[in-house]
Order: sequence, then structure tokens, then C-alpha cells
Amino acid sequence: MFRIFLQFWISLILISVSQVALAQFRVEVSGVGLTQLPISIVAFRGQAVSGPKIADVIQADLERSGQFRAVNGAVGALDEVSLPNMSALRQAGSDALVSGSVSVLADGRFDVRFRLWDVVKGQDLGGQSYAVAANDLRLSAHRIADYVYERLTGEKGAFSTRIAYVTKAGQRYALWVADADGENAQSALASPEPIISPAWSPDGNQLAYVSFESRKPVVYVHNVDTGKRRLIANFKGSNSAPAWSPDGKTLAVTLSRDGGSQLFLLNTSGGEPRRLIQSNSIDTEPVFSPDGRSIYFVSDRGGSPQVYKVSASGQGIERITFTGTYNISPAISPDGRWLAYISRVGGAFKLHLMELDSGNVRALAETTADESPSFAPNGKLLVYATQQQGREALMTTTLDGKVKARLNGQTGDVREPDWGPFSKN
Amino acid sequence: MKSWILSVGVALFLAACGSTVPLNDVPVADATPKIVSGADTQTGTGAGTVVQSGGVAPVDLGGGGGAQASIPGESRIIYFDYDSYVIKPEYQSVIASHARFIKGQASRKVAIEGHTDERGGREYNLALGQRRADAVLGALTILGVSASQVESVSFGKEKPASLGTDEAAFAKNRRTEIRYQ
Repeated sequence: MFRIFLQFWISLILISVSQVALAQFRVEVSGVGLTQLPISIVAFRGQAVSGPKIADVIQADLERSGQFRAVNGAVGALDEVSLPNMSALRQAGSDALVSGSVSVLADGRFDVRFRLWDVVKGQDLGGQSYAVAANDLRLSAHRIADYVYERLTGEKGAFSTRIAYVTKAGQRYALWVADADGENAQSALASPEPIISPAWSPDGNQLAYVSFESRKPVVYVHNVDTGKRRLIANFKGSNSAPAWSPDGKTLAVTLSRDGGSQLFLLNTSGGEPRRLIQSNSIDTEPVFSPDGRSIYFVSDRGGSPQVYKVSASGQGIERITFTGTYNISPAISPDGRWLAYISRVGGAFKLHLMELDSGNVRALAETTADESPSFAPNGKLLVYATQQQGREALMTTTLDGKVKARLNGQTGDVREPDWGPFSKN
Repeated sequence: MKSWILSVGVALFLAACGSTVPLNDVPVADATPKIVSGADTQTGTGAGTVVQSGGVAPVDLGGGGGAQASIPGESRIIYFDYDSYVIKPEYQSVIASHARFIKGQASRKVAIEGHTDERGGREYNLALGQRRADAVLGALTILGVSASQVESVSFGKEKPASLGTDEAAFAKNRRTEIRYQ
């Protein structure tokens, strides 16, 4: 018992120390009953020459996941070939160790290597090496975090995935593609007019989004590698809320071309839109279930906006949310088990999570202007937009709401996140 | 160009066996090899797997702007109450004079642009703004404006007229603008 307390206080001290050193990686832990694996990530030998500090990126990834707690192992300098002092690590309360090195190759790229140790058993859990260009050093760190996460939790890591988001700075809008921690952002689109609702294609190559560049909302599909854009919905009236089917062949969209905001399906290869359902109410924000058989959407057909579900052929409309008078922006977890959405509670807009089978709901955030939740492809984290100190910012949270992190990498207002899929093999 | 490039197996360290932590021997990495150097980390003679991120080609749409024509001396803006798309009686004369003007210029295209205040989600506000635009469009067509001349669209909460966060600002933002093209 004493040792647990000691570890707790040591880790508190270490967390505050590391927060000074890593101000950009603020991880906020709340609540009790967290089971986190204590892990030591030693500075990679040679990482000072490489720009991003590999060990810091790995540590921030693992801490943001909520599954890990960083512990200073106090074992001195190590790399992937060192035999660590296991008893010192155990004394420090560490259950696992990551060590490695970064060196410059003859062609100017970097050689990043690491090894993962099970400190409790004193066992080598393997490692990898990557040859990367300087601008892919962070990616190699995310790959290492994925390896560690999968080895130690049995679940696939999602650190080396990408997120899209939108920034507004003055009257300039930009659509960005960034690492899953929000860093390393690359501009996909810059525009003097608003951009909203980016949505990754299932293959991770394209973004559908709504652009107001022609002084009305129209839907584009944009290949992020080439910058080639296709105008996919530009009908009379407003065109918005694109959502990909899991096979990538269909986009659900909201069109007002026949009056009102109504749901339609479009072939991504082109052709006439097909009406999904017809109503006299607002029907919008469609999102496919992971099996592609149903579409969740928002409708005010009952007098207030609520989340509903309909089959992908437009049959059998079923109401999903019942508590409150304003429930919007549904997102479904990749396993189909969870519905994340925004609910207005006493004038505040808050991220909520419903277990679809039981209908049980929990509020995940204390902030008051939450928007646009999106699940990580492994279903273990959510990214969402909110307001902090008067600025729009992106946060991640675990599904129990206990571990949150603010994503940095951009100044100004950051909004409209969408978490991309696992990279394809 | 396909994005993440990383081949596996080439560079795996030898994993120790017998661990009690859950192991999954499916590699985390993918296998779309592009440049792979075959060196093994065990020998320490060179680099292992190549990791390379996907490219993002930037597109810049340039600056915006553009002049706005209208009827001299007449307001182009109809304001709405909170959570409402009902046109208030005081705006009937504004809409009537625009209807006369539009009918008098058969070649003129007109955009009816709905807006909301900043509270709530972007897409749902887009739908609410569409209702405000459709309400004005309906009033114009009742007065004889041809549907082929007018288009109702929504900007949701994306283009506030006032940047404040109090009720006075919100009231200025809940609006439909009649825009001559």
C-alpha cells in the first residue's frame, strides 16, 4: 500500500516536471480508478540531432491514450542494444521500458531504432528500425508508439494515423492534414471562404468537405496526395454534410435542391442523387454505421433535433436519443458499439457518449461549446472541437472521459476534426 | 502516391518469448514497400524499414471579395427571432419591394442567403439558416417572383454579421440577406 502511494506521489511530481518540459503535450487526467501501465521512455541516444525528440513524441502518444503513465526510470542513458537495469526500473515503479537511438545515415536520412522491454518479467519484447527522412521522424515515433501500445494492450494503436481539421485565422480558412497528435500539419486547401465538415474516405486518400468558395455550400472530394479536387454536389440550394459509406462508393449528403434540408445518396463516381428519405423536417448530418447497413442522422421531426437511424435503403426510421432537446453531430465507433454526439444541457453544448445496446449515456466533457466528435480508427479515443480560453481548440478524450489532451500544432481557431482511417497496407 | 510506407519483418528485432503481456504477432506496420534497405538491426550495419509519410499537395483559392448591388435605399436584410424562421410583419414591405424589383428584371439572378447565430453545431445551423432563406424565398414567390431567378442557400453560422457573443450580436446574425448577382 505504501509503495502504491509512493509511486503515486512520485508520478505526480514527474508529471508536473514533464509538463514543464513538454508544455505542448498537456495531458489532463481526472477521476479515480484509472488503470494505467507505468512505462519509462528513455531519451533516444542521438535524438538531440534529429529535431523532434523521439522519446517525447512516443511518451505524449502513450499518455494521451489514457492507458499509460510515464515513469522516470532513472536508469541513465540507454539505447536499443543496452541491457537495462531491471531492478532499478522496478524500484522506480516502471513496468515497461522503451529505449532506442537516432543516427544519421550516409544519404542524410535518419536511422531510428528501438527496443521494448517487459520490466516485470525482464523480457525483451522486440523492436524495429526505420529509415526516415527528417520530416518523417515524428511518424517513426508514432510507429514506435503503435508497436508499444499493441504489444502491451493487445489493441491496435492509432498514433500513426492522420486527422484533418480546419483553421480560421482572420478571414483565411485552411484545411489541414496532420499527425494524430495535431502536429506536423500540412495544408491541403487554403480559402478566403469557410470550409466545414471534412470527412476522410475509407481508404484515407481523399477528403470530402463543404466549401463556401462559390458563395454557397457545395461538396468537394479532394485527393490529398495530388491536390486534385472534384465538385461532387453543386445542386441548386445548399449542399452539405458529406459522409462516406464504408466501401467508399457512396456519399450521403444533405441537399436543399428539392426544398428543405433532406438526405440523399450520391455515387462517388458521379450520377444523379437518390433521395434516402423524405420529410417536412430538417434531416441532416448523416453518418454510416460501420457495417454500411444503416445511416444515423439528425432530424427535428419530433419537434427538436435528435439522432435517428434508418436503413441504408431508407426503411425503418428509429429514434436513438431521447434525453434533452438538442442532440446533434452523431459519430459511431468503428465497432458499432458507441454513439458520440453533442447534447445541449442548460445552454451548454457537451460531448456525450451512448452505449447503443443499453442506451446508457454519459457526459464526457466539462467544456461548454463542444462540436464535431470523431472516433480514432481503433475506437479508443475521440477527437472533438471545443472552446478553451476563448479560442477554438481540438481535444482528445478517452471513452470514459478521464484522460483528455489538447492537440496543438496550430495557432488561431482550430475546428472540424475528422480522424482518418488506419493506413492501408 | 500511397502514403505510409513501411515493410515489416525486415527489421524486427528478435522478440523474446514467454511474456505474459498480451502479444499480437501481427505487425503494427503495413506493407507497401517502396524503398527498403535490407539491413538487419541485429547486425547494426544499416537502416531497416523505410517509413515515409503521405504527401499533401496544397491548394490555394486566393482572395475573396466582390461588390454587392441592390435596390438603392432599401434594406437587403430580414432579421429573425431566436429559433424562428417566421418572417415578422415589419419585413413584409421590404420583401414586397424586392419582389417588385426582381420581377422588373427578368434576367437578374438573386441569392437568398440564410444565417444563424453562433450557438450549436455547424451543420445543424446550416439547416436552420436554410429554413430562414426558404422562408424569404417562399414569400418572394408568393408575390410572383419566378423560382428560376432566385436560389435560397445557407451559410449557417459561418458568416456572422456581428462578431460579438451577446444577445445583441446574436440578433444581428439571425438573418436572411437578399443578394443580387
